[in-house]
Amino acid sequence: MQNESTYVLLADDDEDDRLFFKEAFEAIRIKTIVKTVKDGVELLNHLAVNRNKLPHILFLDLNMPFKSGMECLMEIRKTDYLKHIAIAIYSTSASEQDIEDAFINGANVYIKKPHDFDTLRKLLEKVVTINGHYQSSGLNRDGFLLSL
Amino acid sequence: MRFIIQIDINIVGKKLLQEHLERLQLNYILKSNSEVEIAETISCDKLEELTLGLSNYGIEIIENNKDILIQKIKDAIIEFVYLDEELDIRTNISTYLSEKLNYRYSYLANLFSSTTFTSIENFTQLQKTERAKHLMINSKLNCSEICWKLNYSSLAHFSRQFKKVTGLSPTTFKRIIKKMRVANTEELDIEAGE
Repeated sequence: MQNESTYVLLADDDEDDRLFFKEAFEAIRIKTIVKTVKDGVELLNHLAVNRNKLPHILFLDLNMPFKSGMECLMEIRKTDYLKHIAIAIYSTSASEQDIEDAFINGANVYIKKPHDFDTLRKLLEKVVTINGHYQSSGLNRDGFLLSL
Repeated sequence: MRFIIQIDINIVGKKLLQEHLERLQLNYILKSNSEVEIAETISCDKLEELTLGLSNYGIEIIENNKDILIQKIKDAIIEFVYLDEELDIRTNISTYLSEKLNYRYSYLANLFSSTTFTSIENFTQLQKTERAKHLMINSKLNCSEICWKLNYSSLAHFSRQFKKVTGLSPTTFKRIIKKMRVANTEELDIEAGE
């Protein structure tokens, strides 16, 4: 069970954030494969083309051009072959309202983007670990809400 | 009449292995003559059945004892979390696990955290919070009743633990679940209306 790498996909329009995110994943103890896309439209195309190889966790930035993270989230939850993907919102906003809206629209995790690398690394490791527990220990995903 | 037979041990072994794995409906890949990979996480019962079945043919699973033990720890923790009222409030997870599994707690704790990257305490809290969430979603119990049922020492302690594990207070969690339900029923109504 520990042998399989966790496949992580990130949609974020900021190039620096994407790089930062990739590096943080390289620094965690769990084996991951990280791919990134740069906006919501590219994301949904990517998922449609690769529907046999969907990510274990999808990280969505809220503010993206063309299609926002929230729009992607709602669209994914309405699409049969995608609705079971674990989704983490990855955003600069920490407003209670954004957090609640994200959960109500079907997000599992809400992460406020940290400013330092070490905090990011720890947060991401926590998300991957807890998501792994949900996948391997038969926990009910309906109540999988985590705010970091 | 007499036969002389020639047995290809590798084929026999492979066939036997396949039969047993298929009987348990496991999704497997034979990596080599001596290595099997199973796609899903296998339950303790199934693994025991497989081990036992194969041992009749002199086939022994060698490198998996750690995984079995990890699974046993997880199962025992879940059992512990569901014992609630029957359990003496003073019993802690460390005593429970070492008595149940017959290993020193420090050994179990090290093995668990080095393999899963989570400590036994955190995993127990996660499971306990899951149980609390389940009760909040599916029962009519209020927070103080849940807190009492799950052996938390006080409501404040329960709220603190809940927030530590989920990042949300029990009240916020409940409010979100309620709103999700409303959103889902509205959607169903729209679909039914069409």
